[in-house]
Amino acid sequence: MAKILIVDDMASMRKMVAFTLEGEGHEVVQADDGDEALEIAKTDEGFALVITDVNMPNMDGITLTGELRKLPALKFTPILLLTTEAGKDKKMQGKAAGATGWLVKPFDPDKLLMTIKKVLK
Amino acid sequence: MSIDLDQFKQIFYEESFEGLDTMETGLLGMTDGGTDLDVVNDIFRAAHSIKGGSATFGFTALASFTHIMEGLLDEMREGKREADADVVNILLESVDEMRSLMSAYQNNEEPDVEHMKGLQKKLEQVCGMESSEGSDKEEAADATEGDQRRLGWNIEFKPHANMLVTGNDPILLLSELEDLGEMSLQAHDNKLPSLTDMDSEHCYLSWSIKLMGTDIEEEQITEIFEWVEDECDLEITGIYPERKRSDRRAGDRRVPGAQEDRRSNDRRKGPRRPGDPKPAAQPTTIRVDTNRIDELIDMVGELVITQSMLGQLGEEFDMSKLVRLREGLEELERNSREIQEAVMRVRMQPISFAFNRFPRMVHDLSQKLSKKIRLELIGEDTEMDKTVMEKINDPLVHLVRNSLDHGLEGPEERLAAGKDDEGYVRLRAFHQGGSIVVEVSDDGRGLDRHKLFNIAVKKGVIKETDTLSDEQVFMLLFAAGFSTAEKLSDISGRGVGLDVVRRNIESLGGNVDVRSVLGEGTTFTIRLPLTLAVLDGQLLQVDGQTYVLPLASIVESLQMRKESVSALAGDTRVYRLRDEYIPIVSLSQLFSTNDGEGNTELHGKLLVIVEWADKRIGLMVDDLLGQQQVVIKSLETNYERVKGLSGATILGDGTVSLILDISGLMDMSSKTLDKLNKSSAALKKIQHTGE
Repeated sequence: MAKILIVDDMASMRKMVAFTLEGEGHEVVQADDGDEALEIAKTDEGFALVITDVNMPNMDGITLTGELRKLPALKFTPILLLTTEAGKDKKMQGKAAGATGWLVKPFDPDKLLMTIKKVLK
Repeated sequence: MSIDLDQFKQIFYEESFEGLDTMETGLLGMTDGGTDLDVVNDIFRAAHSIKGGSATFGFTALASFTHIMEGLLDEMREGKREADADVVNILLESVDEMRSLMSAYQNNEEPDVEHMKGLQKKLEQVCGMESSEGSDKEEAADATEGDQRRLGWNIEFKPHANMLVTGNDPILLLSELEDLGEMSLQAHDNKLPSLTDMDSEHCYLSWSIKLMGTDIEEEQITEIFEWVEDECDLEITGIYPERKRSDRRAGDRRVPGAQEDRRSNDRRKGPRRPGDPKPAAQPTTIRVDTNRIDELIDMVGELVITQSMLGQLGEEFDMSKLVRLREGLEELERNSREIQEAVMRVRMQPISFAFNRFPRMVHDLSQKLSKKIRLELIGEDTEMDKTVMEKINDPLVHLVRNSLDHGLEGPEERLAAGKDDEGYVRLRAFHQGGSIVVEVSDDGRGLDRHKLFNIAVKKGVIKETDTLSDEQVFMLLFAAGFSTAEKLSDISGRGVGLDVVRRNIESLGGNVDVRSVLGEGTTFTIRLPLTLAVLDGQLLQVDGQTYVLPLASIVESLQMRKESVSALAGDTRVYRLRDEYIPIVSLSQLFSTNDGEGNTELHGKLLVIVEWADKRIGLMVDDLLGQQQVVIKSLETNYERVKGLSGATILGDGTVSLILDISGLMDMSSKTLDKLNKSSAALKKIQHTGE
């Protein structure tokens, strides 16, 4: 099973995603915001997937995606953006920063697992 | 897979209320003029998070309301809209609305959607949006119409050559489409070059896809392709029955919120599992800095080491190891004290939690009262027990309202008195010894001694002939049934006066006093114990039973002399201590621990004088034992409420000891006190305590 990094400043969302993934046997590491996620990613290698909220204090998800892509270990790791808005601008920004795909809130466990299966194939 | 969302809801409520506080604080900051983009961003982010969460948890009303509000915030964020007073006020109102919606969800109540819709309209007007209700209906009608006719979709999907290079796989997209309905497809390989010319990283194929299913929305399809829309050509057309094949594409939008509605209804109807918490009793949670928990874990680690060290000593103990045993026990004592303190700290929270509501309150009330008022908060980091903080909230609100309403003057009156036209209310918290002190002060008109005195006489609280010091007159404010406001206003409440404030604070084991200088201002000072879980106690013995008396309530202890005891009517006896007559309360009689054996001989017996709410009684005891900190265990949860006792504790030797409740004891012996109050001794007492 995969090791997954989840980044969201909303604890309820983060824990729910973590809970869903752990239920499937994945190993989950949680981070509060972009800064923390980047710190974790720098020292802790071997993530098979990163799921990050877009809208966060300190460092947002899009900036984080760009920063993660600079790390050799995460250069080709799938990064999924978790957003509320289906807004195109944000998505395209995310894509330009290197994101692999996105998940739109409201959060739906089934959809999440389906998407994850696909990117982890 | 379906998961139980309930366990995450509680977290969501907590962080959402925090988010709402952030929004409120930010908005209040804007009223001082000047819009900081960071602040707007913070507010926007909080709203955005709440929106996403509430949609996830099926709080449709909240999600759609927040969505509108977010629109307005977005305009502010992009500089399209000034944060003028009107906008800020309606946003503040919206925050209140969100808060009340959130509380409704939290308490499993039906949210007041009507009220929300009213405000939503106002918001939409400010945004310059048309009411979304009408257009929703249109869309809904359209969608049903479309659903009836459309059989499926034709999709022409032509990836650009570089699509594979950007990491997107057309096959994945196609398999995703297949999940939506019955799919048949045709791959076009006409662009495929000969093998020698082929670049293995280029995509040469394109597809014609027929997706059948009457319930497939166009949005579901575009969503799948959205990520690659700049890397492919995509054409989506509806398939309709032969008779009327037109390109009805535009109307097939999903009705926002409809799906969420269904979902939340389903959940509501679901059977309640036996283990579910009852709706009313929400668990209370506390946020604790992880550092504090780490600290605790360290200490527990040390405790375990000490324990094993002592265990080893005990295995093969002889007197030569006595020194090491003593050291070990000292270590154990230190460990447990440290752990106790650390556990207490877990319950400690900065008083800013209680202070946070005041900026908004002062903002609203100063507008309402047409006064210019500045709020100053000092010592917001001061920490106190969560329970104490929850209980001090109402008294604080009362005192601040009081200052705003009665204490501070309007701008004209202030200018006329030679003051700055802006007054202040200052909340200040700090630690002093084992207590926490919270001051509420203002630079208003101050208390008028003569006015207070006259009102007190008129209300029969005191007699005209009484001579009282300033402090005593001011303390009359806290007497029951005493209100100086000639007219009741809806700001300082009606009927419930400062006496309630005082009683609340005293029930926490604290006290309140007031200082004031006419024309310069008033300061209320609240003193509270740091925690309610541990008590500094004096152990005492009556009829072989050990009781605990709160150390703070003891004024003095003495050995009674026969000539100072006088008997009043009935069983009542008083002790004359200097100029004061103090009723003697026999714990033995009160708790009937001595079967009717009247011990009339008081001479030489110990009397402990205790004080509560300016009243004093003397408790007759057999012996005074040591002083120690005791952990309070509730009687109510383990047995039932007993008058005169506030709880129980377990002593070092394992016996249970009852903790005396002074106010309860006073009630029980109130007959005696009433009699005393009517006698002239009462006045002497007042003079005495005022010194």
